[in-house]
Amino acid sequence: MQKIIKILILFIFLFVIGIFYISLTRDTNYNTSSLINKETPEFKINSFDDKNYLTRDDIKKNNYTLINFWASWCAPCKIEHPILMKLSQTKNLMILGINFKDKELHAKTFLSELGNPYDLLAKDKNGKHSVKFGIYGIPESILINRELMIIQKFVGPLSVDDYNNIIKIIE
Amino acid sequence: MKFNLLLLLFIFFSKFSFAVEKTVDPNLIHKNLRCLVCQGQSISDSNSDFAQTIKLVVKDLIDEGKTEDEIYEFMSDKYGDWIVFKPQFNTQNSLLWILPYIALIFGGFFVFSFLKKRH
Repeated sequence: MQKIIKILILFIFLFVIGIFYISLTRDTNYNTSSLINKETPEFKINSFDDKNYLTRDDIKKNNYTLINFWASWCAPCKIEHPILMKLSQTKNLMILGINFKDKELHAKTFLSELGNPYDLLAKDKNGKHSVKFGIYGIPESILINRELMIIQKFVGPLSVDDYNNIIKIIE
Repeated sequence: MKFNLLLLLFIFFSKFSFAVEKTVDPNLIHKNLRCLVCQGQSISDSNSDFAQTIKLVVKDLIDEGKTEDEIYEFMSDKYGDWIVFKPQFNTQNSLLWILPYIALIFGGFFVFSFLKKRH
């Protein structure tokens, strides 16, 4: 009986150590990597000028599409903007900008001052569409292929490494 | 008498089950969803931008006729199991669900054999 108790105590001890080890070494930063290799969700978003809607059909035509969630009030969006401008010059990639919870006038000023890298522009006034894409803060970008599969998800401003990564994928 | 009692029980439980099916409480859902940009707060507790958006989406999903479980499934699909305070049973967290029962069985067995030996 005492042998069983000793084994049981040892087992519990090792189990607790194991749980502590896993918890302490786990990456606590939230990420949405689970969305990679999943199909792009159905969406119907107002175009920026409110004249029409943008759907999945609009991004089916391209080999690759980068969906970028941005706003004029978002400081990191300004940081990543030169990268987006550079990406807009590459072939094979269409950029769909989704203006997130922003004022139209401010968004227009932002684009006229820093340049417009977007081939298509839409707006998500209350942020509800962004939930379909697993967005929880901006800027976030999603790279999609022709089959509408999510290849890569970028949380935070796009970096030079991200730029190189995207170029590598689309070429 | 027996028949009346059975009928009463049937009416009570059928009414209860219909009531459960029809009403989806948004506040309960908000309490069971984690605010991903906050420190240990639920969507219900938080006034963050993210929480406000999730509340709007939950309202839309309820209006679409989605059940509570379907809403949790939708959120887990978009943000991972981390967003749900009470995650659904799957292979990855199976140990977490099963282990308390195993501990209970082993503990019960241990106490039983200990007491038996003392007597």
